[in-house]
Amino acid sequence: MHVMEVADFCSTSRVVIVAGKGGVGKTTVTGALAVTAARAGRSVLVVEVEGKSGLPAMFGAPPLGYEEIQLDERVRARFLTPDAALVDYLVSHGMKRISKRLVSSGALEVVATAVPGMKEILVLGKVKSLEESRAADLLIVDAPAAGHAITFLLSARGLLDAVQVGPVRKQAQDVIGLLSDPARCQVLLVTLPEETPVSEAIDTAFAIEDRVGVALGPIVINQCFGALPDDVSVDPNDILRDAEACRRFVSDREARDLARAAAFRQERHRLQHEQIERLAKRLPLPQIELPFVFTPDITRPQLDVLADALTSGIGRL
Amino acid sequence: MKVEELVTKRQVVICCGSGGVGKTTAAAVLALEGARRGRKACVVTIDPAKRLADTLGLEALTNNATEIARERWIDGDPNVAPGGQLFALMLDTKSTFDLLVTRNAGDDEQARRILDNTFYRNVSGALGGTQEYMAMEKLHELHDEGGFDLIVVDTPPTRHALDFLDAPQRLVRLLDNRIFRLLMMPTRASLKVASVAVQTFLRTVSRVVGSAVIKDIVAFFRAFEGMEDGFRARAQAVDALLADPSTAFVLVTSPRRDALEEATFFADRLATNGQHVQALIVNRIHPAFGDESPMGLRTTAEALRLAQSDPAERLATLYDNLADFREVALLEREHIDGLRDKIGSAVVAYVPYLAHDVYDFEVLHEIGNLLLAGDTLIGQ
Repeated sequence: MHVMEVADFCSTSRVVIVAGKGGVGKTTVTGALAVTAARAGRSVLVVEVEGKSGLPAMFGAPPLGYEEIQLDERVRARFLTPDAALVDYLVSHGMKRISKRLVSSGALEVVATAVPGMKEILVLGKVKSLEESRAADLLIVDAPAAGHAITFLLSARGLLDAVQVGPVRKQAQDVIGLLSDPARCQVLLVTLPEETPVSEAIDTAFAIEDRVGVALGPIVINQCFGALPDDVSVDPNDILRDAEACRRFVSDREARDLARAAAFRQERHRLQHEQIERLAKRLPLPQIELPFVFTPDITRPQLDVLADALTSGIGRL
Repeated sequence: MKVEELVTKRQVVICCGSGGVGKTTAAAVLALEGARRGRKACVVTIDPAKRLADTLGLEALTNNATEIARERWIDGDPNVAPGGQLFALMLDTKSTFDLLVTRNAGDDEQARRILDNTFYRNVSGALGGTQEYMAMEKLHELHDEGGFDLIVVDTPPTRHALDFLDAPQRLVRLLDNRIFRLLMMPTRASLKVASVAVQTFLRTVSRVVGSAVIKDIVAFFRAFEGMEDGFRARAQAVDALLADPSTAFVLVTSPRRDALEEATFFADRLATNGQHVQALIVNRIHPAFGDESPMGLRTTAEALRLAQSDPAERLATLYDNLADFREVALLEREHIDGLRDKIGSAVVAYVPYLAHDVYDFEVLHEIGNLLLAGDTLIGQ
């Protein structure tokens, strides 16, 4: 049942751009989504656009380069740089001879400065050509941290103002074509259930829809503490009473630690819940909650847990 | 060294770290604590969250430091030392750059030509690292002219925490670019030698982005002629200020692996510059909740579940929950110890997960107390 729904979800658009502010877990969600889609039988290509991605480490793989590497069954990943994307572009448009020189002379740096959005267009243009060549069933782009994400997505429109002619203008138009077609591309916004990240996610979501015109998928709320069952008490005396009832020795100190950890979790759950409600009220997007995984290191087992949560979250949409 | 010395003895404190770890808050806290100890302190913020900006009286970008009324930040506390002042500023990248150009230009005419140029407007808005560069430029200006005892600088939220170290040199590199040299040639000498290379470059770029862009680039570089030395000297002055013993670097991180990896990378990078991280602030650390081993707790939970009674089930849930928190606490501390070993003598201050986001002076001071306690594990 779920597998079908995930497959449907992954067919909504061929490109999913994962965006959100720094520290919310964009790369983690990118990894979890890749695993989710791969489990549903889809081939996935993850595109990283900023250096030093934490993604390959989650799969136990070495750092990414411009060449694709296999991270997992049906999951590949690569890194895209503006320089290499420019060379690719020029080569495929009959300008092989000048391509290398443009990059090696440092001219790209000057030109990219002259044309704001040029680097982003080169990268997004490459994403577009990967999409057109059907490089994978699903392309996941791990976007730069927001507000850089907005700049990243707005680059094509800005570039049309600056550049009146030539292939780069054409490229920008093609990128806008990709971004504004919900059947080809959607943005998955990631946030944390905390005050500032929620406020920023709301602002980013409106900016993305109003100014960029990209379709927004569900909003992913990362690191959610689930509530403990209602009958679990956070009072050490209740804990000692339960211990006595099942004839088990629990020291006062242990009862206190158990109670404090439970109280901490309940309190965080309550605070997070307030923020999730606020987000729902302010932003009319379906929500998918991912659990806090109780480790500062995300590796393959955690990605599986998060993929399970994504799968059931997608099933509930 | 104690964290307290940062705010009582240093003149410049730079808060660095990757995005989303609490740099801006840490910077505001350190400036506040400096002011509370009688110093004239200024916090330079970059893109603060709205509520923190409101607290600091920053409704919009300000190119000048604005004083925050004393009665607001002393918060009714009679123990605050007299004489302290607290200022805040939200970096305006473009105005800072404009001022730098105006000051370095030979005359008004040259300044005008640059400020009006489309390419310059892009450079001042979009050049990779411009924000970082201007943050350092602003720091230099405040340090030379502001008469502050303490300036605390927040660094921009880049994924690469150390971009700002390179930023001043990056513009110099752009100005030193070979193409730039070639473009400058016709106004100097040997027009013939240059023209072939220049023409090739111009043709190439025109084919890709059109010739209007080229006209702007050429006009910019010509207008800039003669100013490179001023910019280069300024970049060196900023480097010297960063290397000065009265400047301290504070590394802000969360205990998560990716943030810590960048923190380690940053500390290494500083070390190659002969500089050191004076303090490490670890935000959002989970409480330890005792000292039981997670494995033992899980075994207990399993044993309890065998009993299949309500009280046993409730207890098992509690044991599993404690095991979860113990596990994350142990891993976080292990990671932090690893970073501590790598960065040597830096003091470590911990700030626990807070129930609310930080937006008033009372909470800022509360964090200040935690930070300045230094090297004690908070949140037990």
